[in-house]
Amino acid sequence: MPWSETFLDVFKKNDVRFISYVPDNVLTPLIKGVTSDNYFISVNATREDEAMGMVAGAWMGGLKGAVMMQTSGFAVTPNTLASLIVPYQIPAILVISERGTMGEFNIGQVAVARIMRPTLDTLSVENHTLDDESKLPFILDASIKQAVKTQAPVAFILSPLLTGGNPVAHAKLSS
Amino acid sequence: MSESNKIFNRTELTKRLVGQLKHEEAVVAGIGNTNFDLFAAGHRPQNFYMLGSMGIAIPIALGVAIAQPERGVIALEGDGSLLMGLGCLTTVATVRPRNLTIIVMDNGLYQITGKQTTATGGGTDIVAVARGCGIAASHWVHDDTHFDELIARRFDDGGPVLLAVKIDDKPGAAQTPRDPALIRNRFMKGLGIGSGGVLDA
Repeated sequence: MPWSETFLDVFKKNDVRFISYVPDNVLTPLIKGVTSDNYFISVNATREDEAMGMVAGAWMGGLKGAVMMQTSGFAVTPNTLASLIVPYQIPAILVISERGTMGEFNIGQVAVARIMRPTLDTLSVENHTLDDESKLPFILDASIKQAVKTQAPVAFILSPLLTGGNPVAHAKLSS
Repeated sequence: MSESNKIFNRTELTKRLVGQLKHEEAVVAGIGNTNFDLFAAGHRPQNFYMLGSMGIAIPIALGVAIAQPERGVIALEGDGSLLMGLGCLTTVATVRPRNLTIIVMDNGLYQITGKQTTATGGGTDIVAVARGCGIAASHWVHDDTHFDELIARRFDDGGPVLLAVKIDDKPGAAQTPRDPALIRNRFMKGLGIGSGGVLDA
């Protein structure tokens, strides 16, 4: 099963219905899957911290949710993670496509990619780098359940090894 | 903006608002004075108090409004906080939740950090901004009676409502307890969500 369909499947099995996202090239199949399926309530946010706020509100209102973003977007969010999601114990599911590594052309994304894991670790946010399709169903399902039971956020970092990376970058690098 | 608008006091207006909430409406209040005055108006189980994440009150309220479409949801935000993330108004306009009301307390100041001037103290008109973002039912509040009327008919427009209020430069009247896990737990219980109630006996 393609990685994006595994996500949709595991979201449904765990009643994760609310998805807020800022668009990203690599996430396109997942965003298309969410927006074309009436099971999901999806909202395109203008910023990633705004998307996190929505997911926090939805959770407190009884609706489980995920935030989808790319690496650079993650760098917008540490204040909201540190002062809302973590201390208020909100099990927000963060889906981050890893940009700025393994064949990118944009130096603006490269440095940002390096701050992501140290930031998550400093905030004690459980994070898993997903690079193997065969392990995806187990990691996603078990980690989402753990997030909800322990009232803590979890971050899934989608490696280019899983997603194939940015299709635009491939074209630029080979030209 | 009309020049004849009353200059309200945040503490008094928040009390006036809370006195009109009869249907267990959720109220999400932004950082600092906005949530201090919500707390000062008397704690309600459906109150959510922020401790940080400046500018995120309206997105949190939007999330609650989406999750509970039959419940009235009110976001209380200051001008400085709203200016930090005006983009959320475009998201609200796109989602169009009929149960969401945004109240912006506008003193044109970053009151709590030393009364530095905000853009609304210069030339930015919050209602014009909100209408431009697509929230058609955006209004400056003229006086107490007008506020009561707008609050009472806030669902009539069929979409989100934004009320902007000119307020004075006074600080909030109380300090909210800074216990985020407790605040979240009690808010969820107030919304009929969560399992913490068994420990309250």
